This record gives sequence, structure tokens and C-alpha cells, in this order.
Amino acid sequence: MALTGVQIFKLLPKTNCKKCGFPTCLAFAMALAQAKVDLAKCPDVSEEAKKTLGEASAPPIRTFNLGTGEKAVKMGGETVLFRHDKKFFNPCALAVNIKDNSSDDELVKIATGVVSSEMDRVGQKLRVDAISVEYASGNVSQYEKAVKLVAEKAPDAALILNCKDAAAAESAVKAVAARKPLLYGAAAENAEAMAAIAKTHGVPLCACAQGLDALSALTEKLQGLGINDLVLDSGAKTAKEIIEHNTQIRRSALKKGFKPLGFPILNCVIRDGSAFEAAVATVSIAKYASIVVLSSIEKWKDLALFTLRQNIYTDPQVPMQVEQKIYKIGEPSAASPLMITTNFSLTYFIVSGEVENSKVPSRLAVMDSEGLSVLTAWAAGKFTAAKIAQFIKDSGIESEITHKELIIPGQVAILSGALEDKLEGWKIVVGPREANAIPTFLKTRAS
Amino acid sequence: MAYVVPKESYNGKVLNVDFGKGDKALVIGGENALPFLSFEGELPNRPVIACEIQDTPPTDWPETVRNVYKDVSGDPVTWAKYCQNDLKAKAIALRLVSTHPDRDNRSAEDAAKTIKDVLSAINVPLIILGSNHIEKDASVLVAAAEAASGYNCIIGKAQEGNYKTIVAAALAHNHKLIAMSELDINLAKQLNILITQMGFDKEKLITDPMCSALGYGLEYTYSVMERIRLAGLMQNDATMQPPILGDVGMYVWKVKETVASEADVAEWGPLEERGTAWEALTATAMLIAGTNLLIMRHPKAISIVEKTIAELT
Repeated sequence: MALTGVQIFKLLPKTNCKKCGFPTCLAFAMALAQAKVDLAKCPDVSEEAKKTLGEASAPPIRTFNLGTGEKAVKMGGETVLFRHDKKFFNPCALAVNIKDNSSDDELVKIATGVVSSEMDRVGQKLRVDAISVEYASGNVSQYEKAVKLVAEKAPDAALILNCKDAAAAESAVKAVAARKPLLYGAAAENAEAMAAIAKTHGVPLCACAQGLDALSALTEKLQGLGINDLVLDSGAKTAKEIIEHNTQIRRSALKKGFKPLGFPILNCVIRDGSAFEAAVATVSIAKYASIVVLSSIEKWKDLALFTLRQNIYTDPQVPMQVEQKIYKIGEPSAASPLMITTNFSLTYFIVSGEVENSKVPSRLAVMDSEGLSVLTAWAAGKFTAAKIAQFIKDSGIESEITHKELIIPGQVAILSGALEDKLEGWKIVVGPREANAIPTFLKTRAS
Repeated sequence: MAYVVPKESYNGKVLNVDFGKGDKALVIGGENALPFLSFEGELPNRPVIACEIQDTPPTDWPETVRNVYKDVSGDPVTWAKYCQNDLKAKAIALRLVSTHPDRDNRSAEDAAKTIKDVLSAINVPLIILGSNHIEKDASVLVAAAEAASGYNCIIGKAQEGNYKTIVAAALAHNHKLIAMSELDINLAKQLNILITQMGFDKEKLITDPMCSALGYGLEYTYSVMERIRLAGLMQNDATMQPPILGDVGMYVWKVKETVASEADVAEWGPLEERGTAWEALTATAMLIAGTNLLIMRHPKAISIVEKTIAELT
């Protein structure tokens, strides 16, 4: 847990030597408490102080990557229990599990499915991040072969080696060590052997136990064996266990500074019924999992889970924005209506959805208002007559349409006079105050 | 280091609200811990899913969900009976969309008759919803409250612009009331205060902080709900203790992901699975954030969420 400036001060040499660049040890301690400076600036600090301060300054949930390269997934590093308190930083990885005794065709299908899962949504590239290969065959060479095949066909995916047999794990880890697979995992009975493999090859290790008592004891043991990049599987099976265990783990790490549980969480949510599995995955994604293991990936399911993950991990303080431009809805002709709104993603989604519902082909000019909604943007001086006029002129829309009529949101009806002054030759029409009135509004005008 | 279960102590409790009558009556709320955390509190009542119907054929619903009801949705009574008897719905939410001036502009008297007909055909609890037209709802819901007198229904939604008449009607005919505000915890709190200041018992209120669909503002609804729950439980804020409503179906079944055909967006996969998953996942997220009562449309989505609730409790 974080120390106060005074607590840190007590551990410093108290010589006021100024070598750290601060006038006094107390000033240095205060800066340390705010994480503004590195302890290494003090040349005379004792080993004991280093150890205490180092532990205190370590993040409460350890941060490291699943996989390697550009598509590696950063895990851990979370600082709050509720997203509104600050934000959730590192979106969880979605993984799909496949047994090593599946046919080569099936293995290749899963691997290529993961590769082609990438989609774009509101400017973010989203994908299934990892493949978990389960040791089900009981045959060491078959396991290694399956792991290699999947690794080769999905060259950017993170790998999870779902295997508790040390011999099979050793050969598979060796085969794909450069990909830094997550070894899943270590239990009480194989802890030493698995820790040795993880240590030799420098790969992260998942600790698997039934319940949080046993899990804490296991991670302490594994850390004692020199493994620091640990992932937690508490053995949570039901959705109830998932939400309860994950909540207790996150709270222990953040509120109690309980180090044995200060690691990312893995939940296996495999269920009969893909949609049901997605619903249970929703619980994991919302409540603190860093890796969610699924039994299947389908396009519809990927889309829904990617979107949910994106929603939960959106920064509550930074509004989602869409690109400033004039969007075509339906297939507008040169005579179709032109409407304008702001670039707050929700505003855009709702307005464009209602325009679409109207079935009246239209153009929707979306103006950069730094992600503010219409009324807020107007109040903040970002959606003013002068700025709107400038945007319309610069957009070149005048040469694309045969009319000069701009529909503005009813909330900013007050702008219509000033806009007609600034946009010479244009007629300003005041549209509805609420988006849900747009279909009627457009249909009435069209008829 | 020995592991100690990190329990929160909560000062407040979500209020119990019962609705319906007889052996089919339901109770929601009553928990004194965050959603599904049974290790640190009492969670006496599981969340309820009400099946949504309308007083007019659902021409505005996308085909995926419209088709499910195509043989019964011509008449609200037949539709309600189908939900109760065939789908085993625990509650029914009847939305009086035809009263909207932009739809059929049917009268309050018409709505009252529909309510009476539906109530006499079912025995599960009924939720009566207006068309979300501020002025029209005020007259429609007053007539509906009277028509449903004695049935202990939930009526709504009372909003800032029309709450006075609707609150008075709910009070006069002894119904529970949905108070809806737009995605802002302070507005939700303020509306609850205004309503209770009229002498309406806070133990008869349900808060609707406005739902949003997955991908279309779900994160706002999610966080507003979490904050309402935390205020009610941790700070014992009495104005933030009514159960929470998630009116999921109407927000989900109009977004592109539940409407666009596979021919148009091949990369999104089959429409039916996509649409039902969209509704089921939106509803599940709402439950995790604190929703006690869900209003949903697709039977497959409802059954997935029921299964999830069973696993969560």
C-alpha cells in the first residue's frame, strides 16, 4: 500500500545532503509519495529502505503482457473497483479453447478464425486475442504438434497452454517459447515442476486452486520459487463464483494491499450454448477478468463481446467521438435533406439511427465539438453559428447539393438567425429537439 | 500472509417493492449488498424479467423479434396470454404505443379498455407503460391507473415534465410507479425527491435511470446504475434506494446490430443470433450494475438471461 510522505521520510538518511536535487529529505519524501521522483536519486538510501519503499511503490496488481509483439495484451495494472472512480485501463483478453486431439482441420479453423476475427468499431481494432490449447490427448508429442500448428497458423495470437502435465507442458513451452505462452497451469500438486518450466523459459504462469485461501497459499509458494508473472484461476465455475471471487480478489489487492492476490484474473466460462456462454462472459468482462476463455468464436458473438468490452473499458472522463465529416445515410440525392449535429458518439449513434429509421435518404453533417453533446457544446462555445458556418463552407457540400437548406437541432434553435447571417444564401430550418422525433419530421417534410 | 475475505459493510438497503396480486405477485429489491455478492449480505429477491407486449401490432420491431409474435400480436389480450401461458413469463409489460400522437393517437379511454381486457385475461403482474410522449402519457396513464385499480400494477413512466398527474393517479389507485430521468444520477435523485414530496411513498417507487443498448451508451447506464446502488447502500441515501428498472428491449431492438441483415453486414454473422445476444448481453450487464427489474422482448434472450440469473444466485 502507498506510504505517506512522513512514513517515507522516516526511512531516508535525513542528512539533507541535497544530492537528490531537493533541498531537504522531507521535500524528497513528499515528492516520492506523489510518485514524482525515483528513489534511485538518493545515493545514500539503505538497502532496507529500498526494499520497503520498492514494495510499497509496486502497483497493487502486477502488470505484464499476454503474448508478444504488437498484438500482445497488457494485463493487470488496474487501480479501481468501479469504472466511474477513474477508469479500467487494460481491456481483458478473449481466448478460445481447443483440445489438442481435435483434427488438424479443426485446429487450423480455430487459428484462422482468431486471425480473421479482427473488426473495427468506433475507430478501435478489436479481436479475439488468444488461443488456449488444451492437453486432452494424454500424448506429449501430439500436444506439441497441436500447439505448433495453432501457433504457426495464428502468428500474432497469444497462446495459452492449458496443460497440467509437466512433461507435455515442457515440450510445448519449448516449442513456442519465443511467443511467451501463458502456462496454465500450476496447482498445489505440480507447483515445483511448473514453476521450473516457467522460470527456465521465462513465461508467465497461471496459478490454479479451489478458492482464495488455497490460491493465496499457492501464489506465495510460486513467488517463493521465483515466479512473479502470475495469473489467477480461483476455480470459479458458476457465474456467482465468478463475480464473488473476482470481486474479492480485486478488493484484496486494491483495498488491503494483499500481495498474494495482486495479479490478473483468468476465468473459464465454457458453457453449452454459445449465447449463454456469452452472457456468462459478460459477468467476467464487467467484473475484473483479464482473460476470458470461451469454447467457441462466432462472428455475432465476437461482435457482441468486443462491444461490451469496449463499453466497460471506455474512459468515463473522455467522451467517445466520431470523425468530423458529412455522413451519407441511405443513398441521398443532390436534393436530399442536410442535417447537422455534434460528434459525441452517442449523439451521432442516436441521431443517425433515427435518420435511418425515417427511411428518408439524408446527409448528416457531424461537427467536431470535442465529443460534447449538442446543448453542452453550444454552452461551451464549440457549436456556434460562426463555427458551424465555417464547417459547412469548408466541407465543400455546396457543390454537392442542389439546395441550400440546413436542418439544425431544435435544442439550438436560437442559432438560426445568426447562422443565416453567416451562411449567405442558406435557409436554416429548426429540426426537432429530441432525436426520436426525427423520423416524423423527415417523413412529413418528404411528403 | 493469511487470506481474509474483504467484506464491505453497507449501511443501507434496497427497498422491497411488491407488485401484482395473489400467488403470482412478485417482490423485487430488498438486498443490502451489491449485486450478487451473497457473501456479505442478504439478497432475498432474484431479479425479475417482464415480457414486453404492445397495444398494437409491433410494426416498428425488427423482423427477428416481430416474427416470434406474428400469430398473437394482432391483439394485446392474445399476446399477453401467449406470454403468460406459452412463454411462462413471470410478468408482462404492456406498452401503450398506439396512444402516441405520431402513431395512431388512440385515446386514453381506448387505452383504459385495453388495460381492462388484458388484466382480466392474465394473472401474472402487469407493468403499464405509456408511449413516452410527455403530455399524452399524463392523460393516458391517469386513465390506465384507474382502469387497473385494485391490481397493484407498476405504471410509468413519470418524468420531470409530467410526474405530478401520474403520481397522483398512482397514489389514488394504489399502484407502484416508475420514475424515469435521463442518464444522470442527480436527475434521478431529484425526481425521486419531487415525487416523494407529493406524499408518494418511496417504498412504491422504481427508478429508471434510462437504459441504453450495448454499443450505444451502455457504459453510461451501467455506471449511473452502479453509482445509484452505491449511494443507496454505502451512504444510506434514502432517495437512492428504490429498485432499478432496465427497460432493455426498446433500446436494443432498434440499433443497427439487431436490425441489419447478414447480406448487408456479412462480417457480423447471422442476424437472429446477433439480435438475441445483443439483448441478452445488454440485460446481463444491467443486472451486474444493479437492475432489479428487466423489460425484454425476445423469448430466446429472456431464457438466456433467466439461466444466467439462476447461475448468479
